Amino acid sequence: MLYARLIVMRLLKAVVVLFLIVILNFVLIQLAPGDPAAIMAGEAGATDEEFLRQLRERFGLDQPLYVQLWRYVSGIAMLDFGWSYRQGMPVLDLILARLPATLLLTGTAFVLSLALGILAGSMAAARVKKPSGSLIMALALIFYATPLFWVALMAVVLFSVYLDWLPAYGMYTVGAGHTGLALVLDIAKHLVLPATTLALFFMAIYTRMTRASMLEASQQDYVKTARAKGLAPRVIQRRHILRNALLPIITLAGLQAGQMVGGAILTETVFAWPGIGRLMFEALQQRDYNLLLGIFFFSAALVIVFNIITDLVYRLADPRIKGAS
Amino acid sequence: MNDTTPVLSIRGLTLALPEGADRDNAVEDVSYNVARGEIMCVVGESGSGKSMAANAVMGLLPKGVRPTAGEVIFNGQDLLTLDEKQHRQLRGLRIGMIFQEPMTALNPLMRVGAQIAEVFEAHGRYHARERQGRALALLEEVGIPQPERAIRAYPFQLSGGQRQRVMIAMALALEPELLIADEPTTALDVTTQAQILELIRNLQRRHGMAVMFITHDFGVVAEIATRVCVMRHGRIVELGTVGEVLDNPQHAYTRALLDAIPSNVVPQARDAERQAPLLEVKHLRKVFRSRGGLFKPAREVRALDDISFTLAPGETVGIVGESGSGKSTLGRCVVRLEHPDSGSILLSGTDYSSLKGNALRRERHRVQMIFQDPYASLNPRHRVGYAIAQGPMANGMPRAQAMRRAEELLELVGLGAVAVDRFPHEFSGGQRQRIGIARALALNPELIVADEAVSALDVSIQAQVLELLDELKHKLSLSLLFITHDLRVAAQICDTIIVMQQGRIVEQGTAPEVFLTPHEAYTRQLLDAIPGRAHEPAIA
Repeated sequence: MLYARLIVMRLLKAVVVLFLIVILNFVLIQLAPGDPAAIMAGEAGATDEEFLRQLRERFGLDQPLYVQLWRYVSGIAMLDFGWSYRQGMPVLDLILARLPATLLLTGTAFVLSLALGILAGSMAAARVKKPSGSLIMALALIFYATPLFWVALMAVVLFSVYLDWLPAYGMYTVGAGHTGLALVLDIAKHLVLPATTLALFFMAIYTRMTRASMLEASQQDYVKTARAKGLAPRVIQRRHILRNALLPIITLAGLQAGQMVGGAILTETVFAWPGIGRLMFEALQQRDYNLLLGIFFFSAALVIVFNIITDLVYRLADPRIKGAS
Repeated sequence: MNDTTPVLSIRGLTLALPEGADRDNAVEDVSYNVARGEIMCVVGESGSGKSMAANAVMGLLPKGVRPTAGEVIFNGQDLLTLDEKQHRQLRGLRIGMIFQEPMTALNPLMRVGAQIAEVFEAHGRYHARERQGRALALLEEVGIPQPERAIRAYPFQLSGGQRQRVMIAMALALEPELLIADEPTTALDVTTQAQILELIRNLQRRHGMAVMFITHDFGVVAEIATRVCVMRHGRIVELGTVGEVLDNPQHAYTRALLDAIPSNVVPQARDAERQAPLLEVKHLRKVFRSRGGLFKPAREVRALDDISFTLAPGETVGIVGESGSGKSTLGRCVVRLEHPDSGSILLSGTDYSSLKGNALRRERHRVQMIFQDPYASLNPRHRVGYAIAQGPMANGMPRAQAMRRAEELLELVGLGAVAVDRFPHEFSGGQRQRIGIARALALNPELIVADEAVSALDVSIQAQVLELLDELKHKLSLSLLFITHDLRVAAQICDTIIVMQQGRIVEQGTAPEVFLTPHEAYTRQLLDAIPGRAHEPAIA
């Protein structure tokens, strides 16, 4: 009951926030230099004023700003995100076509970084001042400090070029015509490098944070109580230390999850992954404003959704937090 | 009394501290026995090493502390020779332990029932299903109200006393032969403390356990001990039955400790001149709205409910109450850290509680506060001189002059001017409280609000700080609003005592009146709950 109410309240707030974001995005895009009509005309090789005027009229660019805004907002309310002038397709279709690829990539990276980060962090916490613990932390520091694109390129050089174990780019082998299980395996193979690359940075953060958080938790009085009960060290480690140490991780995971739509531009570009990130990059270069706005909207919506989910998970994990605020 | 073969026998135990500590050994050549059916109290001030032997018994010594000599014989077995795994099998099963801080000693994320059941799990007792039933029986035995609900509660939903009962239930789960209680009542209110002591005494009799009870409070010793071991700087100073040690202390240190206890002897009536009051509090009200817990449905808490009193110049008024009585809220309202819902606070006849902005800033120096926790109330990254000079500087005093003032004040509180350049962590608890006093004095206040200012200190230090406060009060003609949970301390320093309960004033009068002829049942209850009260005449 409490949760149902909480979710409804948060969703109502989310709608308001989303509405404000739509307006803000629209205004910001208007401030960007460059006239879409002029660019389109320029690319068509036509420069006469009449053609420009027709273009503006066709896309409603001659209307006053508030009319354009109203049309845009009321369109979004009907899930109509407008038309991409450049791709000649509805924005929504373009985004939905690319979304699964991105979510597959970022979702895999998310799960991978969270699971491995917490595992490595708790191993490092249990091996404080031992060489193996220091090694984990040194690796975490390296991945934390190394630029993503460089890791990506080196991974390609090593695993694709030298060892030839994994494909260097794309989402599936073009022209192979795989179906069923073969297709799944093919995609999984293509996924390994970009997902790992994307996961490394957050994995390093989770490792460092889990370790620090566990070391702090292990100093707490309840750990001494647990030892006084005669519990085995690994039970104490898991049930008392790790559980309490995970609370700050939840906050961070929520942050990472919110970046699942827009956070993979670099990786998608390096690995030619057909996702939203590349779509956004192209839209930016081509001044495809409607498409950009659409991607912004999805990205913002995802952040809001994951904020709500994070709050709920936090409430489940920590009984001390109650109430509907 | 039962002086048969001891359950625990510590012989010549020496525990070495790591290099660079302020002394070589945590405890040195310590020997004592704990027999079945007796409560052995190990008494000492902080740093005396009183908990160390207990930690060695449990195999829970802090990192770097290691035994270098002696033995710890438990039922014929030297515990110091056990490896971690063998030691673990004793913990919880044959030796139970309860700790000081009930607020932090339970895992905040686990239900109480699960935490008790863990003891059975650790030693492979009973089936998983059965364990909850056992836990329930234990909660009943330790007298938790509504055990069926408490078993499903999270620790934050229980009061301090209830949590300590849960701790006791856990320690007793497998009927250990030896129970170690490390300051189990220090963090509790007096009435709760009395109940918990009663519970430990009863359980001890019923189960015939040997109890090793560690405390700093001679009142508690008088209440519960069969035998006493007084420790100082890691060595045993005095060892004997409770009668011998309390009534006829042999060692000067024991006598000094006993003397330092805020005594129960009739407080002297002091004649505060009856002038126009410095502080007038009129019909103060403050309500906090709290979300509900398991045992408390969502409700409003009346922290202050129609509080009125006056304080004359040069007078010390003591506000005495247990936690939740609203005494701290009152103090915070007086220094304007908290805003009352209604009512007024007059300072020399002008309304202080409604001042705003610049007017408030001009008057604020007149009322200053000394906080409870000398550790937490000083910024660890500021030098002490700067911490004191900050107030005057904020009020427009040039830096050089403010720093000179800080030196004078440190001299005044007995720390010496050299202290200005040192950091808070270089001082002991008592010294830090002196810094806190110097800081409060820096603005030349007329009224000082001291909120539990000596509660975190050892008795001997407590006595010194109280003496300093009294001396400064006369030297600088200050008035004092002294907030405390400890009636004994209040009796020692206050002219007038106000007893608060649940936001209301229950009783007020001169210190001797309240102390000797209390009119209200609650005041009597508070007085009776003071540990060692029955024994007090002999102590004094």
